[in-house]
Amino acid sequence: MSNYYESEDLKKFGDIGRHGKKLADDFFKYYGDVTGTDGALSKREKALIALAVSHAQKCPYCIDAYTTQCLETGANPEQMMEAVHVAAVMQAGITLVHSVQMQNHLDKLVL
Amino acid sequence: MNLVFPLRPADLPPVSIETLQVNVTKMCNQACRHCHVDASPSRTEAMSPEGIAKCLEILERHPQIAKLDITGGAPELHAGFDAFVEKAVALGRHVMVRHNLTVQLDGHPVTKESKEYLPQFFAKHRVEVISSLPYHQQFFTDAQRGQGVFGKSVEAMRRLNAVGYGVEGSGLTLNLVYNPVGPYLPAAQAGLEADYKRELKDKHGLVFNSLYTITNMPINRFKLHLEKSGQYDAYMQKLLAAYNPAAAEGVMCRSLISVGHDGRVYDCDFNQMLELDAVDRGGAQLSIFDFDFDRFLARPIQFDAHCLGCTAGAGSSCGGATS
Repeated sequence: MSNYYESEDLKKFGDIGRHGKKLADDFFKYYGDVTGTDGALSKREKALIALAVSHAQKCPYCIDAYTTQCLETGANPEQMMEAVHVAAVMQAGITLVHSVQMQNHLDKLVL
Repeated sequence: MNLVFPLRPADLPPVSIETLQVNVTKMCNQACRHCHVDASPSRTEAMSPEGIAKCLEILERHPQIAKLDITGGAPELHAGFDAFVEKAVALGRHVMVRHNLTVQLDGHPVTKESKEYLPQFFAKHRVEVISSLPYHQQFFTDAQRGQGVFGKSVEAMRRLNAVGYGVEGSGLTLNLVYNPVGPYLPAAQAGLEADYKRELKDKHGLVFNSLYTITNMPINRFKLHLEKSGQYDAYMQKLLAAYNPAAAEGVMCRSLISVGHDGRVYDCDFNQMLELDAVDRGGAQLSIFDFDFDRFLARPIQFDAHCLGCTAGAGSSCGGATS
């Protein structure tokens, strides 16, 4: 039975260049430059950010990949869970801050 | 999956025999999930007095073999361990012991003999102590090495610190070993060492000298776990993808020989556990009982797919990263 998300498909990420090699090559170079090196942020900090984004974007491929990357950069489960909480609280905050818009419009409508 | 190690013996010949690594027993007070030795309290293999005497004779006759690295199992459970250390030190050799920390508190699993004297014994003979601690927190450590191991390891380190181990200026060296708690590569050694130093000092008041990062070898108990959990192929592909020629240059088999409890000689402790014997140029198996320095140095190292574990990423050896 086929599913929209297959864990084996993560290995095929590199194949996105099949019908557009240059753009794929450009992307992967950029990807590697950003995530694969210590810069102003360490590789571990970048991996934790990526893990949080993976959850916010609900990408199972990225969750698997960045759980491993977090471990391979020395992060621990507490740090990884806190990163997910940052994603969760940002999403909750983004929802809640829109209630200001709701209240503004409410104030406009109510006599 | 049949992966082939990308180098031939001629590509990576031995450069020296600087270290005699001796596995004196497969008995251990622990039964860790990743252990490549499959060590446990029920193992009974132990080196004979004749084997230990032969190792000492080799050290005495070959001063170029500067280091004795005693491993197991928990090597302290071997009845002749103390005398082996004392005699090797008397020969002027640098002695390293792969000490699992918890044996200090657990004692001998069969005879119940106490091993609480070990910190003082190690300090008296100025042995270099190398101890596994998979992480600076309980969760990973207990997951890999058993419930309660982290707490006992902390107490054992405290006792080693108390006699000077890891303390600046003491000259007593305590090195820790990190290995991943699953099928992934170790983090960068320097950064992880800084984490360990900060966390162990701040949370437990503990000190040590250096951290060695070691990759889990896809053999024996760890291989079985990988196969049962369907992760073996992915792990081997990961090791192959991370193959690093610079790390290969520094692999430990180029500068040591590994001796089994029965005197058989191997290129490393991993080959020993796979019973992949070291051979001379004529293909004859090597044993300490026919030791010949030049013949052993000229041997072709026996590589196989598991060697990818030592050449992945920053490399891996009994002394940590190799590049």
